[in-house]
Amino acid sequence: MFQSIGELIVLFWKTILALPFTWRQRRKVFDQLFEIGNASLLMACILAMFIGGVVALQTGPVLVERGLASAVGGLVGLSICKELAPVMMSILIAGRIGSAMAAEIGSMRAYQEIDALKTMNINPVHYLVLPRVLAISLALPVLVIFAIVVGWLGGGFVSVFNHEIAITFQAYFNNLRSVVGLDDVFNGLIKSFVFAVVIGTVSCHQGLQTIGGPRGIGRSVTKAVVNSIVMILILDYFLTRFLLYFD
Amino acid sequence: MPEKPSSSVSVEVRGLHKSFRGQPVLKGINLQVDQGEIFVVMGPSGSGKTVLLKHIIGLEKPDEGEILIGGEPVHAEGVMDRHRMAMVFQSGALLNSLTVGENVGLYLAEHRLKPDSEIATVVAEKLALVGLEGLEDRYPGELSGGMKKRVAIARALVIEPELILYDEPTSELDPLMAITVGEEIVKLRETTHATSIVVTHDRDLGFGIADRIALMWEGEILFIGTPGDVRKNSNPLLQEFITAEFGLTNKR
Repeated sequence: MFQSIGELIVLFWKTILALPFTWRQRRKVFDQLFEIGNASLLMACILAMFIGGVVALQTGPVLVERGLASAVGGLVGLSICKELAPVMMSILIAGRIGSAMAAEIGSMRAYQEIDALKTMNINPVHYLVLPRVLAISLALPVLVIFAIVVGWLGGGFVSVFNHEIAITFQAYFNNLRSVVGLDDVFNGLIKSFVFAVVIGTVSCHQGLQTIGGPRGIGRSVTKAVVNSIVMILILDYFLTRFLLYFD
Repeated sequence: MPEKPSSSVSVEVRGLHKSFRGQPVLKGINLQVDQGEIFVVMGPSGSGKTVLLKHIIGLEKPDEGEILIGGEPVHAEGVMDRHRMAMVFQSGALLNSLTVGENVGLYLAEHRLKPDSEIATVVAEKLALVGLEGLEDRYPGELSGGMKKRVAIARALVIEPELILYDEPTSELDPLMAITVGEEIVKLRETTHATSIVVTHDRDLGFGIADRIALMWEGEILFIGTPGDVRKNSNPLLQEFITAEFGLTNKR
């Protein structure tokens, strides 16, 4: 395990050192951005809509019962933008995009395509890892912005149409606006950026470590997703603690 | 062998040892390949030929010993920049997500050696050299095994290598295609003057194209010599390998 963490840190450092080559790899970054957006946007919006809805559904009646109906908007708004949108979208992206990255790079490794790159003096970190890590780091915060907005709307619909809550859209969004500030949204975006870097690096690392044929690729994909999710959840706690200092 | 050209490089392997998980694969390999030579490494499957090739191109690091490319250790800083080397993999190892044209032009594009329009010209020229003109827009998945090998050769040629390594270039090919690939290797040596190291267990290919042959057996070199020397050598293992024929009465 410690060896893997060490290799992961080395790969991350090599990716940082490769940043000056970003312009050269811009086409691949755009391709990856398109892949990520195309594969995830609709799913992210559906997921966010229902997450917002379920938060309102779980908390709304309890708040209404205690005469705090006006607090539903703020509670849903804050929990979506600071916690649920970044974490859930990161888990979604780890499953959809991280797995695809690990599978693609793992397959390239298993079928000697990476060896072929090396013989052409093409650095696999520049060619494969940098565009993917960059693209996911740009795409995930954007997806999280979409998820936040759609999640708020989902919470709003449930708050209006659920007979146990039954508040107006205006009351919901007034409270949301009064509680949630831009800094809270920014807080969620910082988290999602860190999670994106973790997903990209872990997935590429697992791909590059692939040994064997299809079974090895399958193992790498599983490890990429599981390790990413575990790291996201652990990091989430420490990031939250850290970001609380700035509240 | 042609006159010693300037666009080739010598290779020297000294006391090369390599083990994987405690299992020795190379047991003290020593050999010298001259500039512009076609040097064939023959031997049965599992004798360590491909591992040797991977060491020569720097994909593996030796446990002991060293590999010198033009007199410089292969892992020394900048050797890959100073000496252009290419490898044709057994499977072709074409990038499946790229078209044939993008695969062949990858080296030039990634190192920004030529503008896109010139790269297209070079790609067309190299594909024509291996008899695959007009296939730029196909994907590797749409090609036969032989075509993939020839695309891999075209990709290697774009580098204008001083040293080309071929890993089992005729495996999975029918006899006619194997002869074509063998002829390509000789033709390319004549046109590019590059040093060629060919790893194969195809005896016909080895004897047909080699200036010298090394026979590997269980991680060791049994013998190095010209094809004539190999045929005359009395080592029973070597004779068994070069004379073995399919027959139901064969008691091996």
